[in-house]
Amino acid sequence: MIPGFGAAVRAAGSLVVQPRMGFADPAAMRAGLLATRDARATTVGTITVDSYTRVGDLAAARRAGASGTPLNGYPIATADPRATADVLAAAAFPVQVRHGSALPEPVFAAMAGLGLAATEGGPVSYCLPYSRVPLSRSVPSWAACVRALSEAGTDAHLETFGGCMLGQLCPPGLLVALSVLEAVFFRAHGVRDVSLSLTQQTSPDQDLEALHALRALAARFLPDVTWHVVLYAYMGVYPRTGHGARALMADAAVLAVRGGASRLIVKTEAEAHRIPTIAENVAALELAAAVAATTTPDPGPPADTGLLAEATALVEAVLDLDDDVGHALVRAFAAGVLDVPFCLHADNAGRARSHLDTDGRLRWSSVGGMPIDRAGVARAPRLSSTGLLEALGRVQRHYDSMEEDRRVLGDRPRAAALGPA
Amino acid sequence: MGGVARRVPLVLLSSVSSDSHTWNLVFLQLLLEEAGHQVVNLGACVPDGLLIAEVGQRRPDAVVISTVNGHGRVDGARLVTALRSHPFAADLPVVIGGKLGVSGPDPATAEHLLRAGFTAVFQDDAGPEHLIGTLRAALEPAPVGAR
Repeated sequence: MIPGFGAAVRAAGSLVVQPRMGFADPAAMRAGLLATRDARATTVGTITVDSYTRVGDLAAARRAGASGTPLNGYPIATADPRATADVLAAAAFPVQVRHGSALPEPVFAAMAGLGLAATEGGPVSYCLPYSRVPLSRSVPSWAACVRALSEAGTDAHLETFGGCMLGQLCPPGLLVALSVLEAVFFRAHGVRDVSLSLTQQTSPDQDLEALHALRALAARFLPDVTWHVVLYAYMGVYPRTGHGARALMADAAVLAVRGGASRLIVKTEAEAHRIPTIAENVAALELAAAVAATTTPDPGPPADTGLLAEATALVEAVLDLDDDVGHALVRAFAAGVLDVPFCLHADNAGRARSHLDTDGRLRWSSVGGMPIDRAGVARAPRLSSTGLLEALGRVQRHYDSMEEDRRVLGDRPRAAALGPA
Repeated sequence: MGGVARRVPLVLLSSVSSDSHTWNLVFLQLLLEEAGHQVVNLGACVPDGLLIAEVGQRRPDAVVISTVNGHGRVDGARLVTALRSHPFAADLPVVIGGKLGVSGPDPATAEHLLRAGFTAVFQDDAGPEHLIGTLRAALEPAPVGAR
């Protein structure tokens, strides 16, 4: 009997690590899941859905399958359900479906047919950054899908993607608020087991403060729900060198453990270049696990620079707008009470701006209409294309410029050198 | 050339139908504006029909398609074929750039997209100055006596 996703993470005695992984061919997907399961790490599996399926273009997903055109993920809604069921049965461990759909009906319907109960996203985080679907359509679509998932069985587990949004240049007080609000949305529609995401960004100190704030607000707003925190290894422009990628991944594992996250979604050395191979994903999983094993959680809370207060103000301001959290989110974005910097979606006010400080912390240059203290805002000069690239590339340059022979694990050999599993 | 006389060239910037990435579009908008263009940024996941309608309504001087999800070869070829079938787009500079396949830059991809109707193709290894240079050349008024 395969344990539920949330239960499996809670039962793990160490940081659970997870890849992003989706291959169009069921045999390849099967091989990837088995390799994930058998990696030297405590793992859960992933089926990442292709981008045609994500946008609901099932005809295109079918055509690609028929013509042998490579897809960038597993076409779960159009693949032969028996083939998918065989893949899941062979893997025989908890699997989460990852997608990116603003209107996720096809993905949730496919999951229901396959008996899969764990997925992720949210009405805001898979709408504003990645689609042109109006938020007023995404909210009821997600509400119906979440409710159906919660009614289908007790293993329903939903992870918020709101802790990532565009993956870069978002001051994490807003990410924490969005992650909490999406979890509140999932709870409002019947799900009792959730995870709240946050992405690693440019400042470990700021990220630790953000993880603490996320856990504090989860405890406050989700008292009758089991939850855990999931950290995403850096979601922005990734180091191009192997040593840089490994060092960044190691720092993500350290951050996850120090900050009290229960699960970490890894990135591989291939991230800057192409979709990773199974071996590259396994190496990343094993590296993260090895680093996590030598790290301990911080004994006390990090220095308070006001991030918890900022996130709390945002959550409270949104929840004040309407008794229905979905309606509240729509009204919040329409009024600019929430405003994601650099987000091109028509429903995002687009007045908020951020910049990277010299110490690596993300700060507001403009808060738009958000209820954030303007006393600390530092209005930076208008961002140029060069300035944007510099900010987007800061992490890549920092890690790629590290000395090549700096061993991430001290004198221990790299995980890949330990021989076949 | 666009059918509208303008002092500031108008560029329509867009992604393809299946692509949800936007940092490339945020960057390119800033780059194009710094190079003296007015930009209309359609954002992510743009259906073919929407792009074609916007071209028909706004009559831009050039169209820049940027896509990084690996489906650009397929989505771009389909899009430009449909776009070129409209008389208002027959002679329009329409370029595409980004990560156009799932395995890295590939000469066959560039050739496929040029044959489908793109004016120029910039794969992931091309610097942004090539885009600006190509647009400058394409948008220069024709010399007296030519055509």
